[in-house]
Amino acid sequence: MLPAAAMGGGCSGPLSTLDPAGPNAVSVAHLWWMMLAGAAAILALVIILFLVAFVRRDERGPVRERLWIGVGGFAFPVVVLSVLLVYALLRGEELLPRGSAPGAITIDAVSRQFSWEFRTGGRLESSGRLIIPTGRAVDVRVTSEDVIHSFWIPRLGGKIDAIPGHVNVVRLTADVPGIYRGQCAEYCGTGHSGMSFEVEALEPAAYDRRMAGAAP
Amino acid sequence: MSGEISPIRLHKELSRIWGTPPGWARLSAVNHTVVGRRFMLAAFIFFAIGGLLAMIIRVQLATPESTFIGPEIYGQIFTMHGTVMMFLFAIPMFEGMALYLLPKMLGSRDLAFPRLSAYGFWCYVFGGSILILALLAGVAPDAGWFMYTPLSSGRYSPGINADVWLIGITFVEISAIGAAIEIVVTILKLRAPGMSLARMPIMAWYLLVTALMMLVGFPPLILGSILLEVERAFDWPFFDPTRGGDALLWQHLFWLFGHPEVYIIFLPAAGAVSMILPVLARHPLIGHNWIVVSVIGVGFLSFGLWVHHMFTVGIPHLGQAFFSAASMLVAIPTGVQIFAWLGTLMAGRPQRVLPMLFLFGFFFVFVLGGLTGVMLAVVPFNWQAHDTHFVVAHLHYVLVGGFIFPMLAAAYYWLPHLTGRETSYHLGYVSFWLIFIGFNVTFFLMHLTGLRGMPRRIEAYPAELGWETLNLISSVGGFLMAIGFALFATDVTLQMLYGRRARRNPWRAETLEWATPVPPTSYAFASLPVVGSRRPLEDDPDLPRKLAAGEGYLGFARNNWMEVLSVSTGGGDIDHLVMLPRRTFLPLWTALATGVFFLGLLFKLYWLSGIGLIVTVGLLLRWTKGMGLQRDHGPLEIGRGESALAHYEADYPPSRWAMIFALLADGILFGSLAFALLFLWVVAPAWPPADLISGGWLQAFALMAGLGASAMLTRRAIRSGDDATPRERSLLLAAATGLMAVAAAALFFMSVLPDPTRHAYAAVTAALVVYCLVHAAVGVIFSAYGLYRSKTGYVSAARRLDLVIAQHWHDYTFATALIAMVLVLVVPMVMT
Repeated sequence: MLPAAAMGGGCSGPLSTLDPAGPNAVSVAHLWWMMLAGAAAILALVIILFLVAFVRRDERGPVRERLWIGVGGFAFPVVVLSVLLVYALLRGEELLPRGSAPGAITIDAVSRQFSWEFRTGGRLESSGRLIIPTGRAVDVRVTSEDVIHSFWIPRLGGKIDAIPGHVNVVRLTADVPGIYRGQCAEYCGTGHSGMSFEVEALEPAAYDRRMAGAAP
Repeated sequence: MSGEISPIRLHKELSRIWGTPPGWARLSAVNHTVVGRRFMLAAFIFFAIGGLLAMIIRVQLATPESTFIGPEIYGQIFTMHGTVMMFLFAIPMFEGMALYLLPKMLGSRDLAFPRLSAYGFWCYVFGGSILILALLAGVAPDAGWFMYTPLSSGRYSPGINADVWLIGITFVEISAIGAAIEIVVTILKLRAPGMSLARMPIMAWYLLVTALMMLVGFPPLILGSILLEVERAFDWPFFDPTRGGDALLWQHLFWLFGHPEVYIIFLPAAGAVSMILPVLARHPLIGHNWIVVSVIGVGFLSFGLWVHHMFTVGIPHLGQAFFSAASMLVAIPTGVQIFAWLGTLMAGRPQRVLPMLFLFGFFFVFVLGGLTGVMLAVVPFNWQAHDTHFVVAHLHYVLVGGFIFPMLAAAYYWLPHLTGRETSYHLGYVSFWLIFIGFNVTFFLMHLTGLRGMPRRIEAYPAELGWETLNLISSVGGFLMAIGFALFATDVTLQMLYGRRARRNPWRAETLEWATPVPPTSYAFASLPVVGSRRPLEDDPDLPRKLAAGEGYLGFARNNWMEVLSVSTGGGDIDHLVMLPRRTFLPLWTALATGVFFLGLLFKLYWLSGIGLIVTVGLLLRWTKGMGLQRDHGPLEIGRGESALAHYEADYPPSRWAMIFALLADGILFGSLAFALLFLWVVAPAWPPADLISGGWLQAFALMAGLGASAMLTRRAIRSGDDATPRERSLLLAAATGLMAVAAAALFFMSVLPDPTRHAYAAVTAALVVYCLVHAAVGVIFSAYGLYRSKTGYVSAARRLDLVIAQHWHDYTFATALIAMVLVLVVPMVMT
């Protein structure tokens, strides 16, 4: 009953990577479901082969070493892994902040024990709350003032580490307006658990109004 | 000499020479069976401690917003759980298994360096105890088991906690490096006559590759730990981004160790699978040579994928793609092994016995862990899953699947050998199902917990995130698993106390470890076998009796010598006779002195460290007292009408190989330091530094001249042959020129270098000079020691081992110092 409940809860949740709300997260979620299916099939194959060895009653023929090692051990993983590698590489390329996306905006995210601060165009926007427009690529330039943290909004896409002395960029897009939750993913000390933040994604028009209103 | 005494008398005489007496004298044991057992027992105790910590973690996470323990304590608990399991359980457990089994599998009476393994054992126990005592005192490390800086730096972890990790773990690493040298040299040299590399049991291949990986993989971590401790203690900013250091340098050094570490843990366990599975399947392992190639392949590949732990640190995508491909590539040799095992099962008539059940657990859990490993090697997926409970699930599938299940199979398989008693097995089955079900209940759903966004290492989470049911189930599973392990411990204890006497070779295995009596005698084999194939017990089922009757080599006791044979590295032809040192308290005293050195560092009592270091070096020199021969013996009888030279008179005895492999590890440490300089120069912020080095050419020249002269004079001393006067004159001069090199390095450090606390450049440069200084100083000790040995009559044209070993050291020191000087003096000119 309990596993059913857990599974039944499904994949949704404020921090769930399986409940994607942007193209970056959608792409990875697809990748996951595909890999899950493949992994389940391979695991089943291995376990069935293992068990069959115990139940079969027929006479053992000559050992087919070339079949087991050449095909099962070598050719099979080479083919599967090559396909996966190329596919993943292409997917990864799409997700990277290469060049300037049309209408992209850039936001600086500065982390410290144990809070986040966001700036647009050098101006302090807010602490703990990141405001972005929907449908537009947002390049977040992430750094840290003390120890290593990691910037992560699971429903929008992958994480990037905030490392003192370095600036890393992650490109995220929110498809639908709403509040998304972000969380520090790299252990950064006693306040790590509570080092979360919120992302408010607004329709472009509402976003422009908010930005104009917030201007000094 | 041979064939005349009865097996009983032979047994009594050999036992007297090889055995460990009762009482306090037990602490002087150097025997591989005794030390191996102790390693395994200590590792199991640390495993229980690590398991207890895991239970605390599961209690904390079972409910949302838990207040069971606060974040400070939680940080210590999860850091220590990982640290204990990786460093104090997994590695020592496999070392113990290797020490115990290896000589018996190879048909030798002991390891190449029995005192080294005893010293390693004490270092391990003392270093581990420092960590556990710190935990009890509430000052355990708390920055995570991979100790990412700057969190672990002096500024953000001001207490003693991080020092405990750096110093305690480095102490334990000494033991690991020692064990690695022990294992490599034993496999290469101390095999039974006739056992060519191709005829070795497959386990020896796994252990050989593993030990070589340790020699390459551990030095980067040792270096990283030294640098971080120096940063914490003396403010040299290797990792401080405000002064030219870089946090990423630590990550590279750590994972350059950390990823091979996973395979260092997995390969010995896979070796056990490759030994056990064919015996229980009643069919020889198929694809033996392919497996050997695969294992070597894993060894190489595992050093090319550390960056997959760093996919989120902002490395260019093409670089990530390279490491992604390498990470997937390593799945291929693993796949070869999996399918070779499956093919062996299919070809044979597998028996449904308890070790086989644990092998089933291994297949299921490890393959699943491997599959999620491939997923994590996929870069975009990694960006999401990294640092979540998905990774926690994955790594437990790999390590529990790839190490604990095979080791449990190995325990039930080899326990009759270890204890000489049979298992009843009923408890074992219950324990298997509890562990297997408990494990999967704990960790299978944890993949989902992670994908639903739960980061690792958080101690509290709000209820609205939808993780509470999953976590509660995981906690329940964790306790089931713990009960399973408690049952396993109970079962083993019961077997040791009340089990029926086992007969020899209950599984009808074909390898030599089953040719010893069970439980094994201290000398393992009353005489050494001649090996003609990979399955000596199949060739001659009567072999155990013949060996006990003294019909093999060395079937006698003479001069209280502990004798074994050394063979040519590849072919297995008899090369020379090795006389092993007898039991002694020296390893214990030396480890205690080493402990004083480390405790001095920990409590910043550097005068105490100085005393500890001097006493340690003094005691290490004391080890050699009485070792060696004071006259040339020439060929000695070894039984079966043959004779061989004593190792002191041989060209390539084990100790020479040990020096070569020690220098390999040392070279990796040096290479890591050179990497640090170049890495920081290219990657770190705030470069190039304001003040670079100026001058120093004169000091560098004096250093190189001194080191070069030491090396040449040592050569000349060796060439002097039996003529003691020119030999001793050369050695005296070598010591003098060595002192000159020490002085030059010290002058370089004091008068040329910029202040090492100002910038990482100055810090790394200073570290390179200190490296040269330390090596030059040790070179002086070698020269003086050679002189002493010559004066006391242990050196001749034939007995030149002490000088040859010193010569390797001098050559190495000269070469590395030359590179260091180029790095220090030339690189700044090129890079600016």
